[in-house]
Amino acid sequence: MVTSVTSMGRNGLSDWLIQRVSAVVIAVYVIGILGFLIAQPDLDYGTWSAFMGSVPMQIANTLLLFSVAAHTWIGLWSVTTDYLTSLTFGKAATSVRLVVQMAIALLLLVYLLWGLLMIWGGA
Amino acid sequence: MKVSIYRYNPDTDREPSMKEYEVDTQGKDLMVLDVLNLVKEQDPSMAYRRSCREGVCGSDGMNINGKNGLACITPLSEVAPGVKDGKKPLVLRPLPGLPVIRDLVVDMTMFYNQYEKVQPYLQNDTPAPAIERLQTPEDRAKLDGLYECILCACCSTSCPSFWWNPEKFLGPAALLQSYRFLADSRDEATEERLSRLDDPFSLFRCHGIMNCVSVCPKGLNPTRAIGHIRSMLLERGV
Repeated sequence: MVTSVTSMGRNGLSDWLIQRVSAVVIAVYVIGILGFLIAQPDLDYGTWSAFMGSVPMQIANTLLLFSVAAHTWIGLWSVTTDYLTSLTFGKAATSVRLVVQMAIALLLLVYLLWGLLMIWGGA
Repeated sequence: MKVSIYRYNPDTDREPSMKEYEVDTQGKDLMVLDVLNLVKEQDPSMAYRRSCREGVCGSDGMNINGKNGLACITPLSEVAPGVKDGKKPLVLRPLPGLPVIRDLVVDMTMFYNQYEKVQPYLQNDTPAPAIERLQTPEDRAKLDGLYECILCACCSTSCPSFWWNPEKFLGPAALLQSYRFLADSRDEATEERLSRLDDPFSLFRCHGIMNCVSVCPKGLNPTRAIGHIRSMLLERGV
């Protein structure tokens, strides 16, 4: 058993499941948006704004936002624990990995809050 | 034909280098191990492991023109087009990712440590019956494709996840053996075995790229075994 305190769910199975479920959410969203764009060849700002402002789309956008953030975190966490290790950075590896992981986590948190503000802020 | 071999002796060399040899195979489709033996006649200082010379012991796992395999059961004609005819050199390197002791001989300690972690032996606390623990033919059939592993390390040393985290990711060979006991109807330690595989590294560092499947000299499929364990974890954890 390998312990890990910075992974998404502190558990391999939960990370694996979140990664798959978030991928499905992102895929369904992209297909839906593409379908909308194809069905609206003469799209103008008014139609787009009304579409994005509708409650179902606000919920879909929020789901997308959380999915992208979780998916990105699990993916980049894997990348940092693969490549930012003692094999590449020697004794400094733990510090390098921690700093990079925290930078990614804070950035994702900012994106998440900013996104929520855009979706639900009503501006 | 030309043979290019990775040479490194930590006592005398500052860094590894590739050394070229010229070997006369008389146009025969020799096994890579036969070619190594011919090189050894020219240069007795060149070191490699071999024992059974028929793909049973798993000693002569090495990287042959970029792909891991057993030298004793890999004919020159299967290495790459042009190698048998001498148009392309035969390139031999040690298994990637493990520390080199000398030339083609690697230190397998990390590989064996991971094997030990999966407790590769039958665990059953029920008092043993008078003769033996019986299995139905169907239950026995579940072990086919699992028990045949010879621990040559070709799979684990072709796996990038094992290269980057050899202390944390168990690697395909150990995971195949883990499933060999999880699938055994006579084994009673399923829960303990699964609970040790639940973290983000031990099993879940496998991203299913199937390098292990493409190199296994015994034709086994560790990726499928890992998938079965993942399903067992999912059933247990959802």
